[in-house]
Amino acid sequence: MYADWPLLSLAIWTPIFGGILVLFAGDREPSGARKIALVVSIITFLLTLPLYTQFNTQTHLMQFVERHEWIAAFNIEYYLGIDGISMPLILLTSFTTVIVVISAWEVIQYRASQYMAAFLIMEGFMIGTFSALDSILFYIMFEAMLIPMFLIIGIWGGANRIYATFKFFLYTFIGSVLMLVALIYMYSQSGSFAIFDFHHLRLSMTEQVLIFLAMLVAFAVKVPMWPVHTWLPDAHVEAPTGGSVILAAIMLKVGGYGFLRFSLPITPDASAELDWLIITMSLTAVVYIGFVALVQRDMKKLIAYSSIAHMGFVTLGIFIVFRIINSGHGEQGAALALEGGMVQMVSHGFISGALFLCVGVMYDRMHSRQIADYGGVVNTMPVFAAFMVFFAMANAGLPGTSGFVGEFMVILASFKASFWIAFLAATTLILGAAYTLWMVKRVVFGDIANDNVRALTDINKREFLFLAILAFAVLALGLWPDPLVEVMHPTIENLLNHIANTKI
Amino acid sequence: MTAEFVHPDLMPALPEMVMLAMTCLVLVVDLFLPQEKRGFTLLLSVLTLLLAIGAVILVAPVSSISSFGDSFVLDQLAVVLKIAVCAITILVFVYSRDYLADHDIYKGEYYVLGLFATLGMMVMISAHSFLLVYLGLELLSLSLYAMIAFNRKSLRASESAMKYFVLGAMASGLLLYGISIFYGITGTLDLTQLSASVKGQMAEHPVALGFALTFIVVGLCFKLGAVPFHMWLPDIYQGSPTSVTLFIGTVPKIAGFAMAIRLLVDGLGDLQVDWSQMLTVLAIASMALGNVIAIAQTNFKRMLAYSTISHVGFILLGILSTSANGYASAMFYTITYAITSSVAFGVLLVLNRKGFEAEEISDLSGLNDGNPWYAALLAIAMFSMAGVPPTVGFYAKLSVLQAVIQVDMVWLAIVAVLFTVIGLFYYLRIIKVMYFDKPMEEQTTTIKEALDVKILLSANSLSLILLGVFPSTLMAYCILAFS
Repeated sequence: MYADWPLLSLAIWTPIFGGILVLFAGDREPSGARKIALVVSIITFLLTLPLYTQFNTQTHLMQFVERHEWIAAFNIEYYLGIDGISMPLILLTSFTTVIVVISAWEVIQYRASQYMAAFLIMEGFMIGTFSALDSILFYIMFEAMLIPMFLIIGIWGGANRIYATFKFFLYTFIGSVLMLVALIYMYSQSGSFAIFDFHHLRLSMTEQVLIFLAMLVAFAVKVPMWPVHTWLPDAHVEAPTGGSVILAAIMLKVGGYGFLRFSLPITPDASAELDWLIITMSLTAVVYIGFVALVQRDMKKLIAYSSIAHMGFVTLGIFIVFRIINSGHGEQGAALALEGGMVQMVSHGFISGALFLCVGVMYDRMHSRQIADYGGVVNTMPVFAAFMVFFAMANAGLPGTSGFVGEFMVILASFKASFWIAFLAATTLILGAAYTLWMVKRVVFGDIANDNVRALTDINKREFLFLAILAFAVLALGLWPDPLVEVMHPTIENLLNHIANTKI
Repeated sequence: MTAEFVHPDLMPALPEMVMLAMTCLVLVVDLFLPQEKRGFTLLLSVLTLLLAIGAVILVAPVSSISSFGDSFVLDQLAVVLKIAVCAITILVFVYSRDYLADHDIYKGEYYVLGLFATLGMMVMISAHSFLLVYLGLELLSLSLYAMIAFNRKSLRASESAMKYFVLGAMASGLLLYGISIFYGITGTLDLTQLSASVKGQMAEHPVALGFALTFIVVGLCFKLGAVPFHMWLPDIYQGSPTSVTLFIGTVPKIAGFAMAIRLLVDGLGDLQVDWSQMLTVLAIASMALGNVIAIAQTNFKRMLAYSTISHVGFILLGILSTSANGYASAMFYTITYAITSSVAFGVLLVLNRKGFEAEEISDLSGLNDGNPWYAALLAIAMFSMAGVPPTVGFYAKLSVLQAVIQVDMVWLAIVAVLFTVIGLFYYLRIIKVMYFDKPMEEQTTTIKEALDVKILLSANSLSLILLGVFPSTLMAYCILAFS
């Protein structure tokens, strides 16, 4: 019954117009605005569900395609469609937005309608980013989502919010404008802005390397990869809880998605040539940033650094494939690496989102994010402590949780490329456990540290609701990742076939 | 030889004639109006502009037609630009009303001068001979000098007018000098004939032609405000009454663009290798200096002046790519920039009250708390100027960049986008001041709202998003103008 519906357009525009509606609902009656926001986000989530249920897992071709002429002068199209790479990320987006709306329910009192509207509008742009098949449409969505996030951090953020939000915007913008130049260059060669025309465009090695580097800047900032990661801890620390959740759960994924959709298929030869660069950056993120996370005193900063380390796995999984293919282990291992990277993205979306929500729950009560201000939370908030420990375990990669699956797949695949790469990647199992569990030990366990902790009250039903949903998601994906892997498998196979052929 | 008087075809100039007649009518009618009925002058002025738009549409030709011995041309380019000029002038007039009233300068002369300036711009747009270009330019400039000095009680405004007059006269002088050398070499003022004879003279008079071209480019860039001929711009923007700044900051850019196209492309197309190189240097300098110095400004009007300089750099990028595609992109950029700029100054005008001149960036502090709607309108304008999608500013930059890349100047596109990033900073700062800062205490947030201003300003600002999402129609007109 959904076959004829323009589901993707609906999923993009429902939250955007819903957000505008919320904006006009205003703050005189904040509960009204909140309710509209919740309804809109749930409708959007329901609209994206058929994308999964009706998804054909037998083909790598784009599904739910909508293609209309948009700007004829430059052959820019309103061209939407999803495959196994983008569909899980769209569901993650619509799912996370519902959680964020619930989590902000009573917490945000200052201009609640603008807060909710910003998240809804951003949701539309993010879904648009994942479903755009025209590069300019992609770019527009990619950039447009910066505006709401810029306002979210700047208006509802912490003390140093202005510095953080400017840094966030400028970093991302400088990366993306170079990509824009690359896109226009490819348009001047191919006469079309459609991403698939870029996939099949013949490019010389020099062109490929330059285009690859331009796109690398854009996506590496977004992921973020070491050494352009410095905006992330600042942005995370200053952002309100919802902002941190979206930033960690979705926005970072745009970078990984960009590598899969743009860098690999458009510049396969340059990617193969320069994979050492990405692998080095990824391993640095895993190892060095892991150590950096260890010494953080601020919980949000710690989780932010842990995000960078975990995203290192994503980029490692994506770019290790060339070495696996060259090592003669065939495409089986390569597919494992790419799928591992994808699973890691989705899983990280759940886990980091949940951890930021946990910090938010404590922050709402204590107004502090410093680890040193806490201690013995389990005594006063036992239910919350259970969730917090669970998500921390997932973050450390405990088998049975989703955090394990992605990392395990990537490490396993890396062994086929090189023992030492796999060895370095595997250090995350130690480092991740160290920084996460040490934080949990200091915050949750031990004796009650001070009177503030003594006065804490356990989570209410609303908080229980969103933490429980996320815990369920983490467990489900950890115990039974097949549905996710199955969905992306044909797409990944096709991608591997595509990059195996030189474009020179 | 008997001199035969050929009766020129007057129809192509119908819009200009309507403007002239109506402006004189406004001038006379206004004399007999008491101060409290000044609104009628405004109404009549807006009607004049609407009639002019109607006349333009009425006489719009299918292909280019010329009249008055080929010195006046009406083509697609002229039609689109004239409509844009008149339409934006209407916005300017309406936005200005309350500001003028608050500052006791709500006089008919403001509108009459504005209409004469508009007439001058329309002449410039259609001019196809050096003489007519110059006539139109001077009509525009003289009206602007008077408009700036219009508030006689303001010392700063008088100073600005003086500065603009002296520097403007010098620029006109340079332009005239260039024109006279061309006349000396080719013996014609007509751009069509000039274009035909320049090629033949290139081998014979390379130095003289180079000199003449340089003077023309300098005069042109002075009027447009490209670095290093930009010095007047920040002072004039800041010193003029904001309503006049609104006018200077928007419509004349369109006329300036038309002048650049007529002179450089139509008249001196054979010298394009030379002027394209000159413009490359000027464009880079404009983008660099405009964007960097704007960061240091605390005065909003002055900041917008430097921002204008950087945008002029972008417009030059489109022109210097010397392709129809590039000209169309530059045209799109110019028109949308004028629309964007009118929003920025329009919001600033709304914030003005009796005895309070809103022009510092800090005057915008916490605007979102008191007036979320106007804050949103200005925010859209700022994002558009910065070139952030989905506003039209992004699309304008995209089209110029693709024109530049199309002619294999990828490095120039990279330079341009990097300066765009620098520029982004100061636009974001305006957003920051409005949304993240708290309002200053002494500031009352009550804004006198005129409904018509609010509606027009809202439509104006939202059109930036609308044009950003659906740029096809306007872009198609721009491309048509150069096909």
